[in-house]
Amino acid sequence: MIWSKKHILDIASLSRDEISMILETASGLKEISERPIKKVPTLRGKTVVLFFMEPSTRTRISFDIAAKRLSADSISIAASSSSIIKGETLIDTARNIEAMRPDIIVIRHSSAGAPHLLAQNLSVSIVNAGDGMHAHPTQALLDMMTVKEIKKDFTNLKVAIIGDIAHSRVARSNIIGFSRMGANVTIAGPPTMIPAGIEALGTTIAKNVDEAIEDADVIMMLRIQKERQKSFLMPSEREYAVRFGLNRSRLQRIRSDALILHPGPINRGIEIAPEAADGPHSIILDQVTNGVALRMAVFYLLAGGIRNADSD
Amino acid sequence: MRILIKQGRVIDPGKMDQVADIWISGGKISAIRPVDSGVAPDGGSGFSADMEIDASGCIVTPGLIDMHVHLRDPGHEYKETIETGIMAAAAGGFTAVCCMPNTAPVNDNFQITRYIIDKAASFRSVRVYPVGAVSVGLEGRQMAEIGDMRNAGIVAVSDDGRPVADSLLMRRALEYASGAGIPVISHCEDPYLSGGSMNEGPFATRLGLSGIPNAAESIMVMRDIALCELTGCPVHIAHVSTAESAAAIRSAKARGVPVTAETAPHYFTLTDEAVMSYDTHAKMNPPLRSHADVVAIRNALADGTIDVIATDHAPHATVDKAVEFDAAANGITGLETALPLSLSLVENGVIDMERLLEKLSSNPARIIGVQNGIDVGAAADITIINPNRVFAYRSEKGFSKSRNTPFDGWELKGCAVYTIVHGNIVFNSSGSL
Repeated sequence: MIWSKKHILDIASLSRDEISMILETASGLKEISERPIKKVPTLRGKTVVLFFMEPSTRTRISFDIAAKRLSADSISIAASSSSIIKGETLIDTARNIEAMRPDIIVIRHSSAGAPHLLAQNLSVSIVNAGDGMHAHPTQALLDMMTVKEIKKDFTNLKVAIIGDIAHSRVARSNIIGFSRMGANVTIAGPPTMIPAGIEALGTTIAKNVDEAIEDADVIMMLRIQKERQKSFLMPSEREYAVRFGLNRSRLQRIRSDALILHPGPINRGIEIAPEAADGPHSIILDQVTNGVALRMAVFYLLAGGIRNADSD
Repeated sequence: MRILIKQGRVIDPGKMDQVADIWISGGKISAIRPVDSGVAPDGGSGFSADMEIDASGCIVTPGLIDMHVHLRDPGHEYKETIETGIMAAAAGGFTAVCCMPNTAPVNDNFQITRYIIDKAASFRSVRVYPVGAVSVGLEGRQMAEIGDMRNAGIVAVSDDGRPVADSLLMRRALEYASGAGIPVISHCEDPYLSGGSMNEGPFATRLGLSGIPNAAESIMVMRDIALCELTGCPVHIAHVSTAESAAAIRSAKARGVPVTAETAPHYFTLTDEAVMSYDTHAKMNPPLRSHADVVAIRNALADGTIDVIATDHAPHATVDKAVEFDAAANGITGLETALPLSLSLVENGVIDMERLLEKLSSNPARIIGVQNGIDVGAAADITIINPNRVFAYRSEKGFSKSRNTPFDGWELKGCAVYTIVHGNIVFNSSGSL
C-alpha cells in the first residue's frame, strides 16, 4: 500500500487500511526513541509548524519531539503570541505561515472544523491536533497502537469509554477508530454528557458504568472538567467520582486482563482513582510513549519520508 | 408609462385565476380583461400602450412581498445597502420587503425609520416597509417608542435576531403594538437552550458542534401563543423551523388564537446534513433541522398552518463567513432564490400555485396591513413569473452585495421575468438571466 492522503483531519476520513498503515509505521519507528542517539535524518530539511490555538502541554511536546527525532525543524506558535489576538483571521494567519513554506502545519483549535477550514484554503499538509469537540485523530491512533501492542487484534475487542462523551473529541475519534477496526465500543456516563445520535458513530450506550466496564477488555476514562458544573451537566465532582469514576470498588470487578487508558491530564480521585491510574492495569504512560512514535509515523507518511530524502 | 401585459395567467389568490390582459397607466391598474371576453384589444379604454409584455405561458400575480429581510443599512453597508437589497428583491420578484431593525444604530426610533423610508423611496423601486424594534437597542429592557415609529411608517415591531426573553415585556409589547395597529413579529428562541451553532442531533454530534434543540424554538412559540391568547393581540411567528412549533401553531389556530407564522425556503429545502463539511453557508438561526422537520414544515405550508414564506435574507460578507464555524455569522441571502425554491413546492405537489402565491403576496400584505391585489384602480404592483425557465443560479451574478448562500450553483426552475412597482418596471429578465 502506498500512502496517498495529504492531511490527517479526523479518523472518519481514514480507511481501515490507512489506520493499519499508520499503526504499523509507528511500531517500526518506536525503536528510534530507545536508542542512545534518538535521531534519524529522515525528514532533514522539512519544516513542521505547531500552530496551537488552545493550551496544550503533552500533545504539543509529543509532536515537537516527534519532529525532532526525524530531524525536521519544528516551530511552535501559541495563541497568545499569534496575530489572532490582534484581530487577524485564522485563514490569514495560516496563509502567512504557509508563505514561509512549511511542509506540515499541525493545528490545535477550540473550534470544531478549524483544521478543515485550513485544508480547504491552503495547499500545505494539515494535521489535526484536536479541534473543539470534534476530533483528535493522533490521540485515537496512539490509543489504538497501545491497545494493539498488548491485545494484538481489534476483532470483537470490548472497549468501554466512560465519562463526558459529549464534550470529548477523544471519545468521538476513538469510537470511530476502534469500531472501524472491528472492536465493539460501549460508552457510559451521565445522561447529560451523552450527545444525541452518538450511536451513529459506531457505539452502544450502556445503562451505567458498571455494565460498561464489566467484561471490557479496554476501559478508557475521560477527563472531567470542573467547569461542567456551571452548565448543569453534573452536581459536583464528589458525586461524579462516586457514580461515574473508576474507583477502588469498581477496580475490583474489572477483568484481570483489562487495560485502563486515559488521554490525560488525569484528575486523580475524580474520574480515576490513584489505584487505577498507577496499578497494573494502567497503560496510561505507554500511551504517552507511543504518542511520539505515532506522530513520527504521521509526519513520515505526510512529508514523503525517505523517498524524498533519497532524491536529494 | 402605459403598459399592456398580454395573455398571462392572472392569479390573484382567492379572487381570480384566468388568462387575461392587464392595462397599466399612471401607476395604476386601469383595466383587466379576460382574453376570451370579446372586448376590443385596447380593452375599450381608448389608449394605446407604450409597451406590450407578452406574458403567455407566464403567471401574473400581485407583487410578491418578503416580510422578513435584513438590508443592513444603516451601519453594515459592507454587507448590503438599501439600494443593493432592493435590487436583489426586484430580481427575485418582490415588489415590497419588510426590513428588520437590527441595523446600527438600531431602528428603535422614528429618525431611523424615516431614514430608511426616505432612502428607499429615493430609488423609486421596490417598496420598503420598516419593522421597528420592540425594545430600545434590542436589549429587551425598555419598550421602544413604537407609536412614534408607527407614525413614521413601520408596519410591525420585532427584536428579530434576538428573542424577547422577558415574558412581561412580550405581553406589554403585544398590547401596545396592537393599540398602534401593528403586529409583533417574534423571533422565538429560549436563550438558555440555544447556545449552539447548529441543530442538535446526529450531525452535530459527528461534527463536534454544540447543538440547538428543537425545544429552544418551540418553548418560545408556545409562550407567545399563550400571551397572544391572554391579550388577544396578534403575534406573527418568524422563521418557523421545527415540527413542534408547527404543531403548536396549528392547534392555536384551531382555537381561534390570532397567531400567524412564516417559514423560509431553506427550512423546507435543506436539512442539517448540509453542515457536514463545516459549510458556514449552512449556518443560520434557527438552524437547519432534521428531515422530519422539513417534512413537517412542508405539511404546515400545505394545510395553512404557516401563512407566509419569507426569506430572512441575511447578507454577510466573506469576512463574516470564511472563519471557524462556531465564529461565523448566522444567516444566508434569500431574495434571489426564494421564488424558484418556493415554486418547487408546486412542482413537487406540496401546494398548488394559488396557495403558494397567497403565502408570497396576499397573506403577508394582510398581516402587515398593506394593500396588494390585482384590482382596477389599485397601484400596479405586479410580478410576472415564468414558472418553467430553468437556470443555474450563480451568486456572483446576483444583485445582493453578499454571496452567502448554500444554493450557489444549484439548477433552479422558475423566476420572475418582470417586477413592476407602481407601474414602473423595476426588474426585467426577459433577456438573459
